[in-house]
Amino acid sequence: MTDRREFLRTTGAAAAALALASAPRRAGAAPALKDLERFQSGASKELLLDAINAAKMAGASYADARIARNRQNFVVTREQQIVNVVDTDTLGCGVRALVDGCWGFAATRELSREAVTGAAREAVAIAKANRVARDRSVELAPVQAYPNATWRTPGVTDPFEVPLEQKVDLLLKANAEAMKIANVRFVNSVLFFVKQEKLFASTEGTVTDQTLVRSWPLFNATAVSADFSDFQTRTGAEAAPMGRGWEYVLQCDLIGNARKWGEQAAEKLSARPVEVGKYDLVLAPSNMWLTIHESIGHPTELDRAMGYEANYAGTSFIAPPEAQLGILKYGPSIMNVQGDRSQEGALSSIGYDDDGERPDDFLIVKDGMFNDYQTTREQAPWLREWYAKQGRPVRSHGCSYADSWGSVAFQRMPNVSLLPSTDNTSWDDLIAGVDRGIAIVGDGSFSIDQQRYNAQFGGQVFYEIRGGKLAGMLKDVAYQIRTPDFWNSMDGIGGRASYELGGSFFDGKGQPPQVNAVSHGSPPARFRQVNVINTGRKG
Amino acid sequence: MSAPKRLRDGVPAGSVLSREDAEAIAERVMRFSKADGVDINLGSNHTTNVRFADNQMSTAGAVTDAGLAVQSWFGPKHAVVTTNDLSDASLRRCVEQSEILARLAPDDPEAMPLLEPQQYLPVQAYFESTANAGAGDRAAAALTALRPVRAAGDLKAAGYLVAGAGATALANSNGMFAYHRSTSTNYTITVRTSDGTGSGWAAADHPDWAQVDFSRVSQRAIDKARASRDPRAVEPGRYTVILEPQAVGDLVQLIAFYADARLADEGRSPFSKQGGGNKLGEKIVDSRVTLFSDPTDAQLLGQPFDGEGMRLARQTWVENGELRTLQTSRFWAQKQNRTATGGATSLKMQGGSSSMEEMIRSTERGILVTRLWYLREVDPRTILYTGLTRDGTFLIEQGRISRSIRNLRFNESPLFMLNNLEMLGAAERLGGTEAGGAVVMPALKVRDFNFTSLSEAV
Repeated sequence: MTDRREFLRTTGAAAAALALASAPRRAGAAPALKDLERFQSGASKELLLDAINAAKMAGASYADARIARNRQNFVVTREQQIVNVVDTDTLGCGVRALVDGCWGFAATRELSREAVTGAAREAVAIAKANRVARDRSVELAPVQAYPNATWRTPGVTDPFEVPLEQKVDLLLKANAEAMKIANVRFVNSVLFFVKQEKLFASTEGTVTDQTLVRSWPLFNATAVSADFSDFQTRTGAEAAPMGRGWEYVLQCDLIGNARKWGEQAAEKLSARPVEVGKYDLVLAPSNMWLTIHESIGHPTELDRAMGYEANYAGTSFIAPPEAQLGILKYGPSIMNVQGDRSQEGALSSIGYDDDGERPDDFLIVKDGMFNDYQTTREQAPWLREWYAKQGRPVRSHGCSYADSWGSVAFQRMPNVSLLPSTDNTSWDDLIAGVDRGIAIVGDGSFSIDQQRYNAQFGGQVFYEIRGGKLAGMLKDVAYQIRTPDFWNSMDGIGGRASYELGGSFFDGKGQPPQVNAVSHGSPPARFRQVNVINTGRKG
Repeated sequence: MSAPKRLRDGVPAGSVLSREDAEAIAERVMRFSKADGVDINLGSNHTTNVRFADNQMSTAGAVTDAGLAVQSWFGPKHAVVTTNDLSDASLRRCVEQSEILARLAPDDPEAMPLLEPQQYLPVQAYFESTANAGAGDRAAAALTALRPVRAAGDLKAAGYLVAGAGATALANSNGMFAYHRSTSTNYTITVRTSDGTGSGWAAADHPDWAQVDFSRVSQRAIDKARASRDPRAVEPGRYTVILEPQAVGDLVQLIAFYADARLADEGRSPFSKQGGGNKLGEKIVDSRVTLFSDPTDAQLLGQPFDGEGMRLARQTWVENGELRTLQTSRFWAQKQNRTATGGATSLKMQGGSSSMEEMIRSTERGILVTRLWYLREVDPRTILYTGLTRDGTFLIEQGRISRSIRNLRFNESPLFMLNNLEMLGAAERLGGTEAGGAVVMPALKVRDFNFTSLSEAV
């Protein structure tokens, strides 16, 4: 699940109230001065060791501790005015303990020896209290020790060092460009930056120190018809969130694109409503990412397949594993889907996961066949037989993540990407191969069932394809799919030059709910005879 | 190594700020401020949870956190900075940083003067039963599901219990001070049959731990799972539908989300009027529909002020089918010469007198829906949403439930739905609001509900 649209709506409508109201609960808060100094001086590594030792002394067979500082910066505007400027900052320590095969977790915002060892003992006590309800013990896959590992988002200009005036100036200029277009009456735009600094230590002998930076320019233009009979929006879907810094925001050409997005919002007012039916679709990477996320990313999470998310995010149609691995034909033989946390600029990229494992690149779909699930140390042993059959060791793919010091780590999605074809197929080539179809740019409405079979997706702009050429704009388009049928109808994939990343900061999963930032790379792709509905119902 | 400290059973002392603590912190911030004005939002909470799945305990935890957001104002310039250390040194730093940012910020032409002091309605939403619940109590609650499903052998349970206590205080340099303390208990459970063909969900939510009957909720999910086994497909299309309160809430809550005066006046809302203006005073749904917010309602017990500190009392959005009020910010109220409403912290739809049995008995052919899933906006002009049924969907034939059916995707608007109303049941507090928010909805029977495709998902 992702909640980007809801985010943009709320930031646009009532950012100040939202920021204030949510600060204590979710956004957290700025750290104590002495704690901050301790964190910045590196002294908190000693606290981590104190915490895991305390957990061990209290009876834990395994323990890990994370001290994390998460900062966010928002600059929110509408039309030619500022809505708000918000800086959030939170620092604390979470300790996870395994006792007799049961997990316990406790977290504190105080970075003192007393507080973190207290949290460690509480985590152990919670694990012990839960033994009464235990049925089967947790087993962790083997892991190598990384005693002094570091990782940084490569090559970023730190957005937290960029003056506020530059950020405001960029947004107001972009807003002004869109407002030059007739009928464009409203614009909301946001710059959203994240910086996470994370120290981790485990009883396996690993200590890691990592810093990641993420940036997301959000943009939304609304055109209203003169007689108030219609309104249409265009979001800047192509300016994807990235694991990059201020240099990326500048590369997005927000000002030039704002004009295009405004023009397209206005053009949608007079676009032709789509006729219901089956069409060939050519989907841009800015639309593909969300379809990949929902129909490949989520059903290949091993915890979902095993029922661990049954009460919230749901299960998976790809279950049980032994009946699916190497058996399910996900798509055509040209289809290869990679899970990784290594693509430069991608949101999930990181050196070490929250189990202390170094993530590897792995093929989820190989030549069209389902090949592997996303895993953590707890989950990899569940696939022991499949890995033995393939002559592979039982090893986690490094997909463990917690969204804050106060959250427990569990399996989260790595970057899941459709690999490009080896030839030079382009967007135009794919369109040339369609007699009657629709080309879709940008992500829109999205909804999928809890096992990831039946989905419905919209988009930002839709063009009719006639005789291999674009033939005018359509509106009120949504495509409905059944996951395996849809992917098996894919008969064209763009080449390396057409590959782009899309993504979201807000993939939601777990109880208590946590968000995960994830990217999905894709070339444009073509699908045959997909069901299209008209969403412009009047009553 | 010293002996382990006693397990923190219940809310640790000091983790939820008292009114006096909050007042003292607010006073210190005001003293440190050099800005024209300052407002704060101070929160503190202790939250505990236990989670189980595949008939196992999975994760469990306890988190104590606090946070202070400081917003400084220089004329129409403002900015927010947050901190979680409530020492003087940290408060000073937080105030200074928000002042630096505020001075750099451009003028906000919609900036409003700081709120005047308000008189708040008393709401008692803090229950010792919840505050005192410990890890052993939570494990025992989980066992109300795990014991019977393990004994049954053909069922798999996944559930989540979250309970805690918290306090929110708002204050500003104009003398406004608001304080509210509350507890919450939220339990949700999904039971699936081992053959993968049946799934049942149930939930409960209340500020008072003692009001949540864990065994009853667990048993309800078990019963639904068994009854929903072996579903058959029905053709998508327009159906008479009986929606349980949770499914009603999934859709009707959306109306409140869109009921904003400014969006309507600007021509970009379902409540905009063609030719200009908004639909206030117009009949928008069936005349039996009344939707309101009221923090003092015994089923709601909401926070009696909004995020700005505005006093909240009973506010009727839709009365007897007519659009009565649109949520109006202080800025928009001033600009349009109207009254500001404040932001709602609760929502209730007035119930009717029909029982679930009566609704089923009066239905020749229809579908019973337990809850809805993955609702997403399709067309903001009409609040048209898509989503799917989940965890218990049944065919009704000749006045009785005849069998379990496959889940269906809908494309429907709560506004269309509430114009097709046939019967209303008693209003219940919902358990499926993840944040534990206060929402009360009745079961409804409606005609012509639009299902557009089938899903194989169980």
